[in-house]
This record gives sequence, C-alpha cells and structure tokens, in this order.
Amino acid sequence: MSEIHCGAPGHAGPEPAGPDAAGMDVFLKGLWKENPVFVVLLGLCPVLAVTNSVINGIAMGLASTFVLIMSSMIVSLVRRLIPNEIRIAAFILIIATFVTVVDYLIQAISLDIYRALGAFIALIVVNCNILGRAEAFASKNPVGLSVADAAGVGLGFTIACFALGAVREVLGNGTFAGLRVFGPEFEPWTIMALPGGAFFVLASWLLLFNWMRERKAASV
Amino acid sequence: MNTATPLQIFIDAALINNFVLAMFLGICPFLGVSSRTDTAVRMGAAVIFVMLVSSLCAFGIHKALLAIDAPYLHLISYIVVIASAVQLVEMFIKKFSPALFRALGIFLPLITTNCAVLAVALFQTSREYNMVQALSFAFGAGAGFTLALLIMSGIRERLDLADTPSIVKGAALTLMIAGVLSLGFMGFAGMGR
Repeated sequence: MSEIHCGAPGHAGPEPAGPDAAGMDVFLKGLWKENPVFVVLLGLCPVLAVTNSVINGIAMGLASTFVLIMSSMIVSLVRRLIPNEIRIAAFILIIATFVTVVDYLIQAISLDIYRALGAFIALIVVNCNILGRAEAFASKNPVGLSVADAAGVGLGFTIACFALGAVREVLGNGTFAGLRVFGPEFEPWTIMALPGGAFFVLASWLLLFNWMRERKAASV
Repeated sequence: MNTATPLQIFIDAALINNFVLAMFLGICPFLGVSSRTDTAVRMGAAVIFVMLVSSLCAFGIHKALLAIDAPYLHLISYIVVIASAVQLVEMFIKKFSPALFRALGIFLPLITTNCAVLAVALFQTSREYNMVQALSFAFGAGAGFTLALLIMSGIRERLDLADTPSIVKGAALTLMIAGVLSLGFMGFAGMGR
C-alpha cells in the first residue's frame, strides 16, 4: 500500500532533530492526501459513533493520535527484534498496552468524557488505522519518519472527527462545543444526533470531497 | 447480576441495538464485504463463529482476572484470545473447505480488527452476563451483523445496475443507504420494553 519506505533507504542513523523534508512529506500525506477517514475510509466505527458533539469528537481524535504516535514509535524501535511470523500479534500487544494507558488517563482527566466515549476508548485497539500504520509504515521505517507519519494520520483522523462532530452538534443540538449558535427559536434536527445522522453527515462530507476532486480534474 | 432472559438479549443485540446500524461496530467489513450477497453470507457466518468462540473465552478470562485481581489486563488478554480464535477459524476452514477459504481470503484476518468481536467481549463483561446470557448476546450480535450485511449487499447488487451520478458512486452511496437502514432499524426500538 505505502511505498514511501523505498524513498528513504539507509536512514537508520541518528534521528534528525526536526521533521526534515521527507518527514514533512510523510506528515502531510497522512493529514490530507491519504486522510484515514475521508480518503482511505478506515477506522470509521469511532468516527461515526462518538461524534455527536465537538468535544467528544476531538477527545476521540486526540486519544487515537496518542496511541498511534506511541505505538508507531515503539514498533519502529523494535522492528528488527520482532520475528516476521508473529509481528501482527506483537503490534496488537503494543497497541493494546497504550490503549489501556489512555483508558485510565481519560478516566483521570474527565469522567464525563470517559462516560460519553464509553467502550469506544477500549475499541481504539481495533482501529484499523493504527495497526495499518504499524504494519505498512512503522515496521519498515526509522523512528523519526514513523512518528511523523503517525502524527499526520492521527491529526487527519482528529480533523475528520472534528468535521463530523461540528456538523452534528450544530445541526442536532444548536450548539458548538456547548455554546449556543442559533437563537431560541431554532428547532434542532434530532436526526443528526441519532445513528442515522452520523451516516448521512459522513456521506455528505465524502460527496463534497468527491465533487471537489471532479471539479479539479475537469479544470486541469 | 443481569436478569434479562437469553431471548431478550438476543433480540436486543440483533435488532434493537443492532451492532452495525445502531452501535456503529464493524463498519469496515460492513462497507468492504457488502458488495455481493454470497460473500456477505460467508463473512457473516465466520463472524458469528468467531464471536461465539471469543465470547466463551472472554467469559473464562474475566473469571480468571477477577480471581487474581488484575482488571487492567482485560483488554490485552481479550485481544490476544480473539486473535488466536481467528487463527483457529482460519486453519479450520483451510483444512475443511479450501473453496470457502479462497472465497473469504483476506477477510478472515480482518475479523481480528473487527471492533464488533472485541465489543462483544467488552460489553458482556461490563453488563455482567452469565455464560448462557453471554453466548446468546454473542449469537445475537453476530446475527444482527449478518442481517445488516445481507440487507446491504442485496441493495448494493441492485444499485450496480442503477444509473447514479459519478460523485455518489462508491462509499458515499453506501453510507447514505446505511443511514436509511439505520433509520429503519430505529423502528425496533419499542420492542425491548
């Protein structure tokens, strides 16, 4: 799937201090061109399930980003020690460890958010994006690049959660991050807060991006 | 202890709180495997089997972890058991039905990263189901997943022949149908009480 590792052979020396040109490329690729949700369509379960408000969406995005960055870092560090046959099991163990950490962390930071996200915090462990990045990128690339890649994908995921959460909260509840947007006569679109609304909003975002892509292709 | 009867749990998991359409679990295979009815049925059968096996294992693990007082190991042990259960199914199918193995191909390993399977284990723990309840919950969840997959694949087979605008082709159209189905399944909400 990803062929970017071919671009940086013999990069295993001391890590570059900041994100260099290749690191920046990798970062932007995950953020936009290969956005995990809008383009690759992976890890949709949490995106649909917890984005009934802006805060929940961002919390989910940041929690996943943390797990993504930490697990990519560790996988990249131990990539030469893991035998090929058991690599998937080893990756999942590493990811599960960080998910357990995040689970307790969110419980300590805000019990409200913990209750709102519910089982979906534990379910970060089966987010295909995280295992996908570990398998397709971090297991073949040096630490610096892997972290840049994970940060890009994680941020792209967070933006997607935010995009869904913002639309659903504004239309479904008339608020943005808890603040009133419309006047008192606003009638909330209840469907946006319901499961069906999540599917419709994501479909609308995909339509928008498809339309933009077609227009760009037509104009070239 | 939870006092719901196994039938109640089954109907709740399969229809009222359908795993795919109401709880958003297992969306990836739902979008990925739902283009043909026959693959959808096979995938559904594999998921039901894995769910039953992992539910049984999770029940045992939960008891063991309670005994040694280590709740923080739940997630890690569940995921390892589920991964091995999937391996088991894979070897089983490879041995007894090579044709089925070829047909399912890439989807079996994907069940490992199917959040629906892990969610069965997590929910049955947090709702304190006993063994019979847990198994009917797992069966209901799997049946609900298969039902959603089957309906979706039927619709998508018909849509292949329909004349749709180019920008809605693919995932956007599938998601919109899922939204409509989800609204339909909300009609079951009254059945529980």
